[in-house]
Amino acid sequence: MRLGEIITAAVLALLSIYLMFESTDLNVGYIQGEGPGGGAWPFWLSGMMLVCTGFIAYNWYKRTSPPSQSTEPVLDSYGRKTLIYIGIGLVGFVGLINVISMYGAMLVFLIYYLKFLGRHSWGLTLIMAISMPIGFFFFFEGLMRINMPKGLSFTDPIFNVLYDIIY
Amino acid sequence: MEILGQLGDGMMLSMQPLNLMLIMIGVTLGLFIGAMPGLGSVNGVAILLPITFLVPPNSAIIFLAAIYYGAMYGGAISSITLGIPGASTAVATTFDGRPLALKGRASLALVTAAIASFIGGTVANVLFTLFAPLLASVALSFGPPEIFALMLLAFATFVGLGGDDIPKTVFSICFGLVLAAVGFDQISGAPRLIFFDISGFLHGINFLVLAIGVYGIGEMIWTIESTRGEVTTSEAKMSVKGIASDAKEGMRRGWKGTAIGSFLGFFVGILPAAGATPGSLMSYGVAKMISKTPKEFGEGHPGGVAAPEAANNSASTGAMLPMLTLGIPGSPTTAILLGGMVIWGLTPGPRLFVDQSEFVWGLIGSFYISNVFALIVNLAFIPLFIWMLRMPFTILAPVIFILSIVGGYAATKDMHDVWLMLMFGGGAFFLRKFDYPLAPAVLAIVLGPIAEPTLRQSLLLSSGDPMIFINRPIAGPITIIALILILLPLFKFIRDRMRNKAAA
Repeated sequence: MRLGEIITAAVLALLSIYLMFESTDLNVGYIQGEGPGGGAWPFWLSGMMLVCTGFIAYNWYKRTSPPSQSTEPVLDSYGRKTLIYIGIGLVGFVGLINVISMYGAMLVFLIYYLKFLGRHSWGLTLIMAISMPIGFFFFFEGLMRINMPKGLSFTDPIFNVLYDIIY
Repeated sequence: MEILGQLGDGMMLSMQPLNLMLIMIGVTLGLFIGAMPGLGSVNGVAILLPITFLVPPNSAIIFLAAIYYGAMYGGAISSITLGIPGASTAVATTFDGRPLALKGRASLALVTAAIASFIGGTVANVLFTLFAPLLASVALSFGPPEIFALMLLAFATFVGLGGDDIPKTVFSICFGLVLAAVGFDQISGAPRLIFFDISGFLHGINFLVLAIGVYGIGEMIWTIESTRGEVTTSEAKMSVKGIASDAKEGMRRGWKGTAIGSFLGFFVGILPAAGATPGSLMSYGVAKMISKTPKEFGEGHPGGVAAPEAANNSASTGAMLPMLTLGIPGSPTTAILLGGMVIWGLTPGPRLFVDQSEFVWGLIGSFYISNVFALIVNLAFIPLFIWMLRMPFTILAPVIFILSIVGGYAATKDMHDVWLMLMFGGGAFFLRKFDYPLAPAVLAIVLGPIAEPTLRQSLLLSSGDPMIFINRPIAGPITIIALILILLPLFKFIRDRMRNKAAA
């Protein structure tokens, strides 16, 4: 944890410098008759972020923050596995939205999570994986009139049937 | 006495069978819309506005006001049960509502939220009834310096929210404010902070993208990882006796928060452009500050649920005040209500109380009735929300992830934001590991779009002299209180060091 905290502070310091640099596209000073320039607000706030990372590093050096005193690893093997499995599931879910629609991606994600991570029965998995996207479809498309991504054109026949029920 | 007579007439009008039915449907619909992450009262009111053309204007506004009320109650439900703030007004409810749910005390949190909301709404209704015209003139005296001073006060309370590590808290606030600056400069209209020229940044970063990323994704992964997947909330049980005992405990431990939220929320709510979010946040901060057990805040204190919930309901009524009396909407939802009133042929403004008194008092009467119904409907549905929590976490977790992604998309309808939300979620997981408080960043991204233009307008007014925040009679005291609150941790730090040195 100790090493992790100083690395995080260093990354955040770099982020702050990058944000300061990006802010300079607009004026960061005071313009007579116009007030503070458009870049002033984010520039000086990013500057404060940079100063804060300095204090965080100082606290790390002095070992006053709890992570700087900890000898535990940031992620043990369980933590790494959790992050990887859930991360893959979520990235896969979002990546599939534009291919098989929001509702199709929801179905695949539920099967992945309930069956393979949760180790639930196929019966429960399929009931949840089918009923939830359909319920969401009628709530968002029918009641709230919010259109979710429908994916590529091969999904059209399914959505045509569902839209026929709404309209 | 005249006011009471008019209020009585208004209540009778709102209790006509059609209006009563609309109130019941409105609060129930609002409750569920508000409970859905990504959707809030503004969605409900906007979507159902066309339906109101089927009924007379009186009934129409009563229906929309009922949805507004129901959604304000509903926002707490997802904050408590799922840990995802459905709307910005319910962010502060997450701080203590979610820890209570994780301790198996979701019923206490939900009942406290419902009762505090009811009290907040009732106090606001009484203040609205008695002082509407007077308060409207007070609200008008708030210019950019006063609003910025108020924002500064809100940021000062963040420092208290962030725990002991001040540099990490200040970092979090500044990061949220910088994220709020992404998109177009509000004054000059020039593009700003468009990272890697990705066009998705042009429309800015919606607060929900960060809030859902932090709470729905990052916090959820952190919970699964830190508990080794053994998250148990199965102790959550519900009975009529249980509700009564939770109500008693909630009010015993949360009465101060309820009182603060009810009055502070109303006052902040009536200010144009401020609204319920700063009101709920400031109430949380003040409730924590005056509590005898401030350390319990953030760990699951009923007062931490009561204060923001009383405040956001009170503020939602307060936001109606400038809309009706001055024609200035105090929140996005009241802006839509204003549009509806114009379509129905009514002109909001000072003359409305004279020319359309039946309409105005019918609406005010419906606030009281909606508030009672919202409480009843909310309490009636609590067992359903509790039942949801009894599900094994391996079922609840994917449902929360799906709600997060669907809610993130519904808020902006842009896949860029969904990817950004995932990135925020990953970043939040690691920052959480290193004790960075993330709530201040979420609240800063909400308040940033109010704080920046008011600061710049104020400095323009004073030709760059920051004393404008001290010299003005209303802004001055607020700024000074904010500065004291900001500097308080520094004084404490110096005092502790001096004590330690003396002891050594």
